[in-house]
Amino acid sequence: MARDHSFDNRKFVIGGIAVGIILIYIIRLFSLQMFSDDYKKSADSNAFRKEIIYPSRGLVTDRKGRLLVYNEPSYNIMVVMQEQWGVDTLDFCETVGITPEFYKQRMKEIKQRIGYSRHTPQLFMSQIPAEEFSVFKEKLYRFNGFSAEKRTIRHYADGMGAHILGDVGEVNEKDILNDPYYRSGDNIGKLGIERSYEQYLRGEKGMRIMLRDVRGRTKGHYMDGQYDIAPVPGRNLTLGLDKDLQALAERLLQGKLGAIVAIEPATGEVLCMASSPTYDPRIMVGRDRGKMHRKLSADPMKPLLNRAIMGTYPPGSTFKLTQSLIGLQEGSITPDIGFPCNGGFHYGGLHLGCHPHPAPIPLVPSIATSCNAYFCWNLVRMFSNRSKYPTVQDAMTRWKDHLVEMGFGYALGIDLPGEKRGMIPNAQYYDKAYKGIWNALTVISISIGQGEVTATPLQIANLAATIANRGHYYVPHVVREIQHAELDSVYTTPNYTMVDEKWYDYAVEGMRAAVTGGTCRGAAIPGIEVCGKTGTAENRGQDHSVFMGFAPMNEPKIAVAVYVENGGYGAVYGVPIGGLIMEQYLNGELSETSKLKADAMQQRTINYGKQER
Amino acid sequence: MVNRNDRLQRNAVLSADWVVVVVYLLLMVFGWFSICGASHEIGDTDFFDFATRSGKQIVWMGLALVIGLIILLIDDQYFDQLTGLLYVLTMVLLLVTPFIAKDIKGSRSWISLGPVNLQPAEFAKCVTALAVAKMCGQYGFSLDKMRNLLKAAFIVLLPMALIIMQKETGSALVYAAFFLVFYREGMPGAFLFTAFAAVLYFVVGIRYAEVPLEGTLSTVGAFSVMTVIWLFCIGMIHIFCKQTIHAWRIFWAGIAIVGSALFFSLAVVPIDVSLAFVVVLVGTFLYLCYHALSERIIAYFYIALFTLGSLGFLYSANFALDHLQPHQKIRIQVLLGVVTDNAGAGYNVNQSMIAIGSGGFEGKGFMNGTQTKLKYVPEQDTDFIFCTVGEEQGFIGSSAVLLLFLTLILRLVYLAERQTHTYARVYGYCVLSILLFHVFINIGMVLGLTPVIGIPLPFFSYGGSSLWGFTILLFIFLRIDAGRKM
Repeated sequence: MARDHSFDNRKFVIGGIAVGIILIYIIRLFSLQMFSDDYKKSADSNAFRKEIIYPSRGLVTDRKGRLLVYNEPSYNIMVVMQEQWGVDTLDFCETVGITPEFYKQRMKEIKQRIGYSRHTPQLFMSQIPAEEFSVFKEKLYRFNGFSAEKRTIRHYADGMGAHILGDVGEVNEKDILNDPYYRSGDNIGKLGIERSYEQYLRGEKGMRIMLRDVRGRTKGHYMDGQYDIAPVPGRNLTLGLDKDLQALAERLLQGKLGAIVAIEPATGEVLCMASSPTYDPRIMVGRDRGKMHRKLSADPMKPLLNRAIMGTYPPGSTFKLTQSLIGLQEGSITPDIGFPCNGGFHYGGLHLGCHPHPAPIPLVPSIATSCNAYFCWNLVRMFSNRSKYPTVQDAMTRWKDHLVEMGFGYALGIDLPGEKRGMIPNAQYYDKAYKGIWNALTVISISIGQGEVTATPLQIANLAATIANRGHYYVPHVVREIQHAELDSVYTTPNYTMVDEKWYDYAVEGMRAAVTGGTCRGAAIPGIEVCGKTGTAENRGQDHSVFMGFAPMNEPKIAVAVYVENGGYGAVYGVPIGGLIMEQYLNGELSETSKLKADAMQQRTINYGKQER
Repeated sequence: MVNRNDRLQRNAVLSADWVVVVVYLLLMVFGWFSICGASHEIGDTDFFDFATRSGKQIVWMGLALVIGLIILLIDDQYFDQLTGLLYVLTMVLLLVTPFIAKDIKGSRSWISLGPVNLQPAEFAKCVTALAVAKMCGQYGFSLDKMRNLLKAAFIVLLPMALIIMQKETGSALVYAAFFLVFYREGMPGAFLFTAFAAVLYFVVGIRYAEVPLEGTLSTVGAFSVMTVIWLFCIGMIHIFCKQTIHAWRIFWAGIAIVGSALFFSLAVVPIDVSLAFVVVLVGTFLYLCYHALSERIIAYFYIALFTLGSLGFLYSANFALDHLQPHQKIRIQVLLGVVTDNAGAGYNVNQSMIAIGSGGFEGKGFMNGTQTKLKYVPEQDTDFIFCTVGEEQGFIGSSAVLLLFLTLILRLVYLAERQTHTYARVYGYCVLSILLFHVFINIGMVLGLTPVIGIPLPFFSYGGSSLWGFTILLFIFLRIDAGRKM
């Protein structure tokens, strides 16, 4: 057969089409595979499920190594919606202790969650304690699609120290925004050291990389777990707290509003910190936390308020020690100078009362008897000394600087959230209040710790510690030791005041005299040289009863501040409580008579009425 | 006589083109590894178990080799003699298939024979190719005659229509590949060019239908398609007519009119400049018609018709798109990249592009593909099998597969061209055109370049029917080619 060659060249067109197509496809492959990383990332996010392995939270012990906070197993009940069928809802609800309405509501919520999948376990209920879980576990086989996930729950060994220990709760949106470490459903410290030491306590979450298929089902470990990250357990904390002392402090405050703070002067460690009313930290655990928290928030007595660092009160006569020190340093008084006190301070038309005592007397007995007139004269002499201070404002500024260096007017920086700063007025404050026309007499009440001056019980305790140390203090802190980590240097560096060490001896002597023969006789402990100072902080209602002290006089081991709201004279509540606290700590126990005293104090209640505190 | 036949048949096995055979075997083996990757889960090792797809495919591959061997042993006269009968039988089978077939995923194309399901459409390709070859091989038959072309078209369009009745549109489209054969055998190139132009207008016109041309009231789509029509028209006059002066006149008139419209739109008030283009193209049509009449040159008339037809096609494509079913419209728009819909219509293609893209240069290694292993890509061991190659073997492996296919097709072009009989050449072209069409559509779909049409990748996709169909198709040609030397 003759061959027709007329269209032979068309083979090149057809071959060309084939070459063209393959060439275009290779270019396309090149651009898909070589140029862009996006597809790889998409594939990874498709296929990998990163499962979090939760670390155990750090333990907390007191200064003697006794356990305060630990973890116990708890369980989350999970449900896979697709496999959940034929469940006897009523039986289920009864077993886990919920109502059928709650069950329906919960199922509805789960389906609306972001990232919901019918094929993966969804959280149904969290933090089921082990004992409740055991009942559920026995019946688990009957509840298709339900399973359990082991987690831990926080446990507080004793019903004490709620304000210090704090609690943990589920993170909120703000927490997640602030720190991408957290994911919805994680726990975070909410109050107390659980919050301030969150970074140490939480540890580091680990991660398991699992493969998942298109339906979200898990298909085993990625690369046999090569890239999994083991969790790092949280660090343990040792507190400066003495468990027995804390228990006693809380006991003594029962039925009263107030706070007790004790500090070890040599280190600044908080030995006890009680605030009344308080609550049992064990109730703030698990599923009921939200409910209990709401209940406590609504209480007019404000049990959630840590009065030791958040309550700001007039310091009353305890403040006179600061005035003595400033006066001595600034030269407005000498240890031997005396001032008239004829039932109080009289200057022009101004009169400020004082209780009857012999006058004039030098500094030490003035501290011991808490003479008001003495400290008024001190302030007048300082603020009126125009040769030293060109204006009253300059004198005021100097006065304020002294107090700030002593730890007043600003938050001390304790390692607990929510500390208040108290109030030390400055010259600008009075310029504004009195339109620039004022003098020592206008502001005379600040000399005796009244008027605009306020301080937290912690600041008063810190004052006692500073005097005990003769002129320096360490920022008070509740945590004594962090496992495998150093304390913040803030807590280990001494802070010196602007007053020379030698002047502190007079303050110490005055406080010793107050116990031996002044207002604080009730704080005396046989065999121990106790130093103290009462305060009776004037107030809209009944005066607050205040005590500040430390012991022993030389080589002080404990400094303490006691505030009892509306307790009247310092000697009524403050002094005996302060004495008991020091005795317990120094002797390790109370004497028989002191035990009776402590029981009696525990029984005494003050009626505060119903108004908001 | 008996002895001579024996010798011939043995020689046919030995003298089969070894390049094609080697490429065929390579593709099949590469395909089998891909099926292992696509159908197994991580950690599985039971590749040879008949219960698994990779195990079954081994059996299908073995049977394919047996079939290939048998075909090489058959006397090549029988193919020619039996073609008519086979064609009629196959058409009858295709006709009855929808009535006796089970409904599998909405299509009625699978006939159950005991444990094996067969798809007659896969074998009909081969029979149709034989029929086309036989017709073209007749003495004096040439496709540049319209009558012959219509006859040939009928042979192709009949099985196509029957397969559409089985709701296997994808398999039916494969028959379009025969027009490439017709082109080789003399069908006017204008048909192919017109088809190409239509696809170009459609893709560009729809893709940019809603992109405004900066500073005017017209769209990029309409404007660029009209520019292309105008250039085609000028080009055709230049190539097919002796008087190129007309081409230049149309060129300068277009520049002047459209240029001034553009200038007016940008400088004065925005107007629809594509209207100016319409004026140019209609003017061209009238101008060419006038010259066709006055100079008695029919080519002008054809070009004029092409110009007007193109313009009409552009407007009707837009109109048609707006009047399609919403899901069809979305599909077209997703394909052309007008809209992205990775959860719905675009899911398959998006996931398959993720799979391929994540493979990188070297790939993730055999059995390490997460995309395919975890079933993100649908149909991943049949129509989307190429994803597995892309993910596990990377750019190197997938390019190698593409080059293997190219080698096969070019080799078949070479073999077809060396045939002395028109019958043999046409059959060769049928084989390579069908393979090319499958590769073009299947890999293009996986790469997101062509529409999602469910047709298998030859020698790669899982399944006995398609593997045997392609084997028969290819080996008949190898047998014919081997017989040429004797």
